[in-house]
Amino acid sequence: MKMKIFRGILFVIGIAICLPVIASALGALKSKRELSDSLAAVIGASGGKISWHLLPFYPTARHLVKLLFYTPEFLSVFWNSVKIVACILFGQMFVAIPAAWAFAKFSFRGRGALYVTYVILMMMPFSVMMLPSYLALNGMKLMDTHFAVILPAVFSTFPVFLMYRSFCAVPKELYEAARIDGAGEWQIFLRIGVPLGSPGILSALVLGFLEYWNMVEQPLAFLSTPSKWPLSLYLPEINLQYAGMALAASVIMLIPAVFVFFMGQDYLEQGIISSGMKG
Amino acid sequence: MKDVVKLSRKWTSILRSRVWFLLPSVIGVFVFALIPFADMLIRSFSNGAGNYQTVFENGAFHLAMMNTLRFAGVGIPILLICSFLAAFGIYKSKWMRFLKSIYLLPMAVPTAALVLIWKAFFHEAGLLNQLLTAFGIKEIDWLGSGAAFWVLVISYIWKNLGYTVALWIAGMMSVPESYTEAARVDGATERQCLFYIVMPQLRPVFYTITMLSFLNSFKVFREAYLVAGSYPQKSMYLLQHLFNNWFTNLEIDKMAAAGVLLAVFFAGCSIALEKLWQWEEGDGE
Repeated sequence: MKMKIFRGILFVIGIAICLPVIASALGALKSKRELSDSLAAVIGASGGKISWHLLPFYPTARHLVKLLFYTPEFLSVFWNSVKIVACILFGQMFVAIPAAWAFAKFSFRGRGALYVTYVILMMMPFSVMMLPSYLALNGMKLMDTHFAVILPAVFSTFPVFLMYRSFCAVPKELYEAARIDGAGEWQIFLRIGVPLGSPGILSALVLGFLEYWNMVEQPLAFLSTPSKWPLSLYLPEINLQYAGMALAASVIMLIPAVFVFFMGQDYLEQGIISSGMKG
Repeated sequence: MKDVVKLSRKWTSILRSRVWFLLPSVIGVFVFALIPFADMLIRSFSNGAGNYQTVFENGAFHLAMMNTLRFAGVGIPILLICSFLAAFGIYKSKWMRFLKSIYLLPMAVPTAALVLIWKAFFHEAGLLNQLLTAFGIKEIDWLGSGAAFWVLVISYIWKNLGYTVALWIAGMMSVPESYTEAARVDGATERQCLFYIVMPQLRPVFYTITMLSFLNSFKVFREAYLVAGSYPQKSMYLLQHLFNNWFTNLEIDKMAAAGVLLAVFFAGCSIALEKLWQWEEGDGE
């Protein structure tokens, strides 16, 4: 009985957790008038309270249409985000999958030390890696280009760690049987490793997408030209006078993230869990 | 002719070698992390221990360090307790999947997409204050006073609750059903099962969650920066703000020294975690 009440409370909290997202999505459908009325206090036009009705009085898709069809600036920023995230994930797949396989299946000198280095690097917050990244990027004259955001992320050691865990679960016998049958290392990797380790690969992709779609620190530090910014920096710059546009932009930014979240929820959870297990 | 065959065989064997699996990753890690990190280490000693002294005596560093530690000290325990309770409520419920989904949703939501909502929520005339006045509590200037600290805590918990719940649930599921069943047969209550059987088994999970929550606590900078800018209210000025502002002024020496200090601290934490795990293993089995 007590448990039932407790679960009821958890339900209510869960809904409260989702409210900001729902408010943002429905807010984008509100008319300009309604938004400026309810946000008058924030915009500074007048005192009074902020009032926010979840449901719009007169739903309109005007802001969305305006943003998508009459704001080329927005589209180019959106494209920046897509480009950055796609390049990072693509690069990570090429670099990290084989590396994770090597850690899981080969024994070589220095393997342990290298693995520990990878794990420690994975733990470092951006504050630590900011200056080293800058030194490397500046040395290669890559500052203020998209490569400055893409390259350090491609060589992040976190996906290696995640995929290593799922490659370890590939039975050793399978690997050895394939070798005896004369399969080459790459053949084994592509025909056995990748398919059997795909849950780990997908986890890394889902977690990576959510992380890089929300990237703030790196572009803030390494991209000084606003036209090169991703959505995550551009969006907060939209003046609150154009709250409708800001909310519409938020919704467009939310859609891919929420889509990936719902499609990949199992992999996301897998990823969270294996990031939390000992290595 | 024989030589050519030999040579090409040698090349194919090199191409087939296992080295290629790891090489791109290792080169990248060296070029983008390890070598520049060594560079930073050298720069940090550019005038003996002087840079370290400057950092230690720097008022902004003190403020940022204290705020970061205070934030971790307050935010993490709250997060751990709330998520543990939520996980306990969720993990055997038939709604588990649904509840986990909605608790995890904030993880997918980009910070930037909610800036406007957060501003409206925490504004002096905003929704949170209206809620508080409804309960007879006086209005608080959330972004302009020491209360700004709690803005960080709230958004941190909002963002990380689901993540932590998922980890706890995974830990709870790994406790064999037979343990709790046996205890229940012996007449243990739900609460006794939790305290004496499930919780002791979760100690290793607890260490990990603490560590991950600590790492994630650094990411709260995103909320702080996007809602309040480069120079927010004093109580939400974090280490990442300081690093950014040093970076803007190109104060490389200070950054180097502080970066090294922070790296040593984190490396220490991860080694301590490893040791704890080993100790658990020796102790538990």
